[in-house]
Amino acid sequence: MLKYLGKRFFQLVVVAFVISVLVFLLVRILPGSPAQVILGSSYTKEAAAQLNAQLGLNHSLIIQYWDWILNIFHGNFGQSYINNETVAHELATGAPIDLELIILSQIVAFAVSIPLALTTSRRPNRWFDNVSTTGTFGMLALPPFVIAPIMVAIFAVNLKWFPATGEVPFTQAPLTNLHDFILPSLAITAGSIAVYYRLLRSDLIATLQEDFITMARSKGLSNRTIMLRHAFRPSTFSLMAAAGINIGGLLAGTFIVEYLFAIPGLGYTLVVAVNQRDYLVVQGITLVVALAYVVLQFIIDFLFTVVDPRVIRE
Amino acid sequence: MPNDRELDATNNTEAVLTDHYPGMAAIDETILNLETDAISPDGEVLKRPFGPLFWVAIGWVSLIILLAILANLLPLQNPNYGNYNILNAGPSLQHWLGTDDLGRDLFSRIVFGSRVSLVVGFGATFISIVAGGTLGLLSGYKGGALDSTMNAASFIILAFPAIIAVIALVAVWAPPNLWKITLILGVGTIPLMYRVIRATTLAFANRDFVVAAKTMGATTPRILFREILPNVVPIGVTFGLISVAGLIVLEGSLAFLGLSVPLPTPSWGNMIAEGSNNGLLSINPLIMMWPALSMFLLLLSINLIGDRLRQRLDVREGLL
Amino acid sequence: MARNQERLTFPPLGQPGDPLLEVRDLHTSFRTTRGTVQAVDGVSLSVASGRTLGVVGESGSGKTVLSRSIMGLLPPRDVVRSGTVEFAGHDLTTLPPEQLRQVWGAELSMIFQDPMTALNPVKRIGVQITESIRLHQGLSKKDAMASAVALLHQVGIPSPEDRVRWYPFQLSGGMRQRVMIAIALACSPRLVMADEPTTGLDVTIQAQILDLLSSLQKERNMAMILVTHDLGVVANRADEIAVMYAGRIVERAPTKKLFANTHMPYTRALMDSIPRLSDPSGTRLTAIGGRPPDLINPPAGCRFAPRCSYAQDKCHQSEPPLRSTGEPGDHLFACWYPLSGSATVPVTLKEPPSAGSPTPSNPATPPKDPS
Repeated sequence: MLKYLGKRFFQLVVVAFVISVLVFLLVRILPGSPAQVILGSSYTKEAAAQLNAQLGLNHSLIIQYWDWILNIFHGNFGQSYINNETVAHELATGAPIDLELIILSQIVAFAVSIPLALTTSRRPNRWFDNVSTTGTFGMLALPPFVIAPIMVAIFAVNLKWFPATGEVPFTQAPLTNLHDFILPSLAITAGSIAVYYRLLRSDLIATLQEDFITMARSKGLSNRTIMLRHAFRPSTFSLMAAAGINIGGLLAGTFIVEYLFAIPGLGYTLVVAVNQRDYLVVQGITLVVALAYVVLQFIIDFLFTVVDPRVIRE
Repeated sequence: MPNDRELDATNNTEAVLTDHYPGMAAIDETILNLETDAISPDGEVLKRPFGPLFWVAIGWVSLIILLAILANLLPLQNPNYGNYNILNAGPSLQHWLGTDDLGRDLFSRIVFGSRVSLVVGFGATFISIVAGGTLGLLSGYKGGALDSTMNAASFIILAFPAIIAVIALVAVWAPPNLWKITLILGVGTIPLMYRVIRATTLAFANRDFVVAAKTMGATTPRILFREILPNVVPIGVTFGLISVAGLIVLEGSLAFLGLSVPLPTPSWGNMIAEGSNNGLLSINPLIMMWPALSMFLLLLSINLIGDRLRQRLDVREGLL
Repeated sequence: MARNQERLTFPPLGQPGDPLLEVRDLHTSFRTTRGTVQAVDGVSLSVASGRTLGVVGESGSGKTVLSRSIMGLLPPRDVVRSGTVEFAGHDLTTLPPEQLRQVWGAELSMIFQDPMTALNPVKRIGVQITESIRLHQGLSKKDAMASAVALLHQVGIPSPEDRVRWYPFQLSGGMRQRVMIAIALACSPRLVMADEPTTGLDVTIQAQILDLLSSLQKERNMAMILVTHDLGVVANRADEIAVMYAGRIVERAPTKKLFANTHMPYTRALMDSIPRLSDPSGTRLTAIGGRPPDLINPPAGCRFAPRCSYAQDKCHQSEPPLRSTGEPGDHLFACWYPLSGSATVPVTLKEPPSAGSPTPSNPATPPKDPS
């Protein structure tokens, strides 16, 4: 068990390192230098050179990379070239918004898709299954930039149930905050529901063909017990893998709703930073997001071993 | 789960980085699992008819493609011509879908806007299938160091936040235009397509009919093209359609942020963005609704076609 | 709904030989996309307390469907079932699902063919044993676990205290089948359906498992239906044997009688395919030519006729009824031109019959002859 997870962990460290290098290089290939952006019309070669020296951009790439990584290990992600906020500050203000969006949307997604799949997989191709499956097709065709404006138009503009834009930090007024996050979260959740439901449903249908389900029935167990105790767990492999990929995509991938609902989380901050060539902000956020992705995969791996003990034995 | 074991059994050439990496195996399995839900309760593969919805979807996609191709020949108004006498008009005989806040004809903008979605969706998928498919076939069939390296590389690239890379690349290669966006998204999808085709190839590479061909001295290209490719094509097609839908969404997201084809050229994404801005939602929600509805129906149709095709192509796979 | 929740009551466990299961004219068919498959076509049989019935047939003869159909385990969707299954005073075909679940596992349980697929791969074996004990006997978690340990001990699993925490994949095939037996016997059922319980196992382990089953059966006065494709398996373990072909019973007799006086050519063919120690080495086994018929469009007349070397015109035209030989001891067969005389006695019969073996003077309750 430990050996298995240790091996995974080592692999993830390697991946994290490679990603940090890629992040660093990716930012360097952006055309237009920070000096151009910062100095604007007062750009001169001398001023640029002076600024580059000040920002440490005159060193070789390897030294720049090394300085950056070393500082990160000291908790220092550097500073925005544009507004002089520390990157750590940007992360601290942005990340909670992303996290809340992701957590809320995923709670809804699981709460809808799992019971639905457990219900329809027992009687596939009946009317309720057909309605649900067709419904999730519709959800797949509603990406955030399509559904979010529609939701705003209906619920915020016409019905005025929700604020169209803005947010109050959760710590200040939790209920208002949740209220503000409902529309953005729902806008993200449609796709997750569809993916989770479809995968879990098809895996459950396959699992229900297994002998051990007939065996469980022959013990006299109730349908409920069979679905929850016998069929569900072995059917969650694809679901977990898909959840890992999906949540990974939502990390800093929620910028559409952040933009539309004016709740600037990491995703939106990042898009702005790319456009402004704000190197250290881009680097910092991308690295944190990529690491979060890697950690997420590690968690999923761990869950695999919990769900199926056979995984450990290789 | 049998897929997992099957993959593991054939995966003797995995690199250190990814060998028996269950997350990745599960992704591969998820991809292959796309194939397993057409099974009836008694384990028989259902041969379902396509059904009328499928043909409606085909008809809708064909109509949009046809309109997009013939847009210049049709008696459409100039999508960028604003008639300031009729701002925010509702649907009428002159303007089937009404006009926007600049007095531009919404129907014409929808038709011309569809070109962006279609070119990016199908074009980028084509690029990724040709490149990723070739690499995946070779890698899955040949194995060895080539396979290990490419597999590890694809894993790392997939772990990288895709959307950030795309945004950065679009920023690098400014100003964006249709062909650049298509190329960036197409190249960006190669690793995913590579994994799909490689996993499928692996599943077939050790099947009896391939081994038999090998023992009879068939050349590698012959085995790849005559024995393996025909079995990989159904999965390539079904996954290709999923990818078309995904890329249309991605382009729409970029357009929504103003990172795709620049205004005033219409695309559904930037039309939705325009319509959701500046309080227009309360004045003329139609500006946003028409492209949103078009996008919804197009994605729905493509997904539906992909799903039905998958069910149908499975039958072939089941017969093997 | 509420009336369905009633607890079923069962008569006290009878003496060995008392009637327990009575199946009358059971039909089971599946609706498939190709047509209706008549998997079980008018089967009648009976099993008495503590006795063993062997059901023998090739794969595709409907024997597995029969055992699941008797239990009522087949999914109701696409399955049509008629006939009655009288078990310990209840007709299982008319019981509502809630009450059927009180029978399953508690009074009537099943041993599956392949323990690798029939045990849940992601649950510890202890839990898989205790769940039916807790359900049917209402024991606490701790008591149920103690009972599971005792069961594993009885089925011959070493250090059961530790093994209860193992997963199926950590056990060998024979061990897994022992666990399966422990699960089936956990609540001391009156009747166990064993569906090819040893097919996937090595020959030496096969014998061990079958002996284990026989001894547990004797201890607990438990009846058993032993379903197999191998006449050799049931030859010295079953009190009575029913031979199935294409969804029907074609010959049914107490074991000794069946071997002593085989009437149906199909039964004879099955016997001839058992290897015998008395044969000189190098003797070819007789295989049955051809394949079992398509159950969607079964042949007219006797269903075995197309493969039968004794078949005559009549066999191809009309179907022989299952009829009695008339002699005492209840020997039924379905053949227009029955064979007579004994088959070469198979080696398995040369050994003295095991203790719980047939007492032909005390046959199981005869079912009504459908003809």
